[in-house]
Amino acid sequence: MEVVDRTAPPPAGASPEAGAPTRRHRGGRILTIVLFLLPALVLFGTLVLLPMLLAMYTSLFDWNGFGGRPTDFVGLENFQRLLTDDIFVGDLRRGLLLIVLSLLIQLPLSLGIAMLLNQKLRGRAFYRLLFFVPYVLSEVITGVLFTMVFSPNRGLAGHIAGWFGFHDIGATWLSDPETVMYSLFFVMTWKYFGFHMILYLAGRQSIPNELIEAAQVDGAGSWQAFRHVTLPLLGPTIRISVFLSVIGTIQLFDLVWVLTGGGPLHASETLAVTMFNDGFRRSDVGYASATSIVMLLISLVFALFYQRFIMRRDIEGAVTVMQGKK
Amino acid sequence: MKTGAARVKGVVLQVIVWVIAAVIIVPIAFGVIGGFKDNAQLSENPFGLPSPWVASNYTDILVSENFWRPLFNSTLIALVTTFVTVGVSAMAGYVFARYAFRGREFIFTLFTIGLMFPFAVAILPLFILLRTMGLLNNPLGVILPQAAFGLPVTIIILRSFFRTIPAEVEEAAILDGCTPFGFFWRVLLPMARPALATVSVLAIVASWNNFMLPLVVFNDPSWWTIPIGVRQFQGQYSDDTARVLAYVVLAMVPALGFYAVAERQLIGGLATGATKG
Repeated sequence: MEVVDRTAPPPAGASPEAGAPTRRHRGGRILTIVLFLLPALVLFGTLVLLPMLLAMYTSLFDWNGFGGRPTDFVGLENFQRLLTDDIFVGDLRRGLLLIVLSLLIQLPLSLGIAMLLNQKLRGRAFYRLLFFVPYVLSEVITGVLFTMVFSPNRGLAGHIAGWFGFHDIGATWLSDPETVMYSLFFVMTWKYFGFHMILYLAGRQSIPNELIEAAQVDGAGSWQAFRHVTLPLLGPTIRISVFLSVIGTIQLFDLVWVLTGGGPLHASETLAVTMFNDGFRRSDVGYASATSIVMLLISLVFALFYQRFIMRRDIEGAVTVMQGKK
Repeated sequence: MKTGAARVKGVVLQVIVWVIAAVIIVPIAFGVIGGFKDNAQLSENPFGLPSPWVASNYTDILVSENFWRPLFNSTLIALVTTFVTVGVSAMAGYVFARYAFRGREFIFTLFTIGLMFPFAVAILPLFILLRTMGLLNNPLGVILPQAAFGLPVTIIILRSFFRTIPAEVEEAAILDGCTPFGFFWRVLLPMARPALATVSVLAIVASWNNFMLPLVVFNDPSWWTIPIGVRQFQGQYSDDTARVLAYVVLAMVPALGFYAVAERQLIGGLATGATKG
């Protein structure tokens, strides 16, 4: 893909002659535009836009997914059913809980660790590498590993809790509706904090040290310098990180599916898990599509609102790109 | 320069970092070491070193199809997905960056909105579409949708890179008798190598970790990718913790190897993808 091909394929369009563009060029130009855009449009149109439209269409029918096309038109009935569905309402509540926990615990923790790794510290480069390792592992691998860590009789977590005198909760991290969400959140934090840490580190490195030193010369302590200089300058980075965290949480599937399957008794279920179960296991495709459309609406409304009111001041590419050795 | 207070601060920082490092290392080490135990040892002694060391969990997996087939499938699917995603996006990105035409902004906006589409919304209709096209249990059934969903971020990144290349370069190439395709192929793509590396890393990682799509497309075990393999293995040997740990650890190796080799591109690529997207 990188070697320059000396035997270039025949020209796509009229061959240009040196000099001013002529009328013959216009046809060539349009042909170029069409030929170059066509593959992307076909691929995106049939496999992204079409499924999205089909999901909206299907959500208006009662359909089991078989027999060609849906026929039982029910209008917005699926959506009405959602409103009184305990599992769906629970999904919204649990999603909100995960978002709140992420914003209050996970992101501040990532920010703190990024600032820590920005200090003079022995082995700093090694820790940066290490802290990013969980993010490199896929959700599925992380999920399976932690089912073992939390496993009732051979697990690690129960033993560690035992050291601190909590002998009775060792077995029920993932099987108790009271604790399962916090266990899930722990695994989410374990996996994703490194990603946000990397964002914050990149953001911090784009801030000139002179600014912070100037504040300290003026008598600000390190906390004050952080609070009044670093933090405001990290604003754009933090806003992007919050955005990605919320969107990711709204669409959470892999980790939950592997770790708990949404159980026990739907206590850790998310919108995507409910949708998947309804669609692929119970063949209630119309209803599952309605759930997925709600997920789409929540994502789009949040994105529009956020971009409009929160990120409007940020220019594109607020975080400097870390490319190679510069 | 080192005062007492500074020294205390240094020690405190070190301790905090060690604690965080332990939280990351301990579960992974539990997996690696646990794979060398039998289940009786795991129950009695989840922490300590194995005694005796049992290598059979690892060796059994390494001599079976269970591991090598998914590894091959994951690699093949990731490479083809990346090739299609980057190739198609580069062509589109070139037009978006270099040509003015009616409807350009509209079409480009369509792609950027695509960035906000949750994959989960498409999965049911996609499954039905793929079933109609006869692409279930066919690697193309995973490759093509992955490529399609990878287009938005790839097009956005490449377009902004192509815009940084001065128009004079193109004019000079055209004067030398280059066709638009010739310029794209012989001048633009070689110049865009760093950006191509970035988007390729993003596409590889996304494909490698994808779970939901292969889960519904591949019924046939001979096409399972690593995430599906891990998941099925966990189900098949649910009461054999040590064996599952060994499989999970082996499944980590390729990703960690890739991270070790392409650490800069990976971190740089993820940061770019996050901020441009």
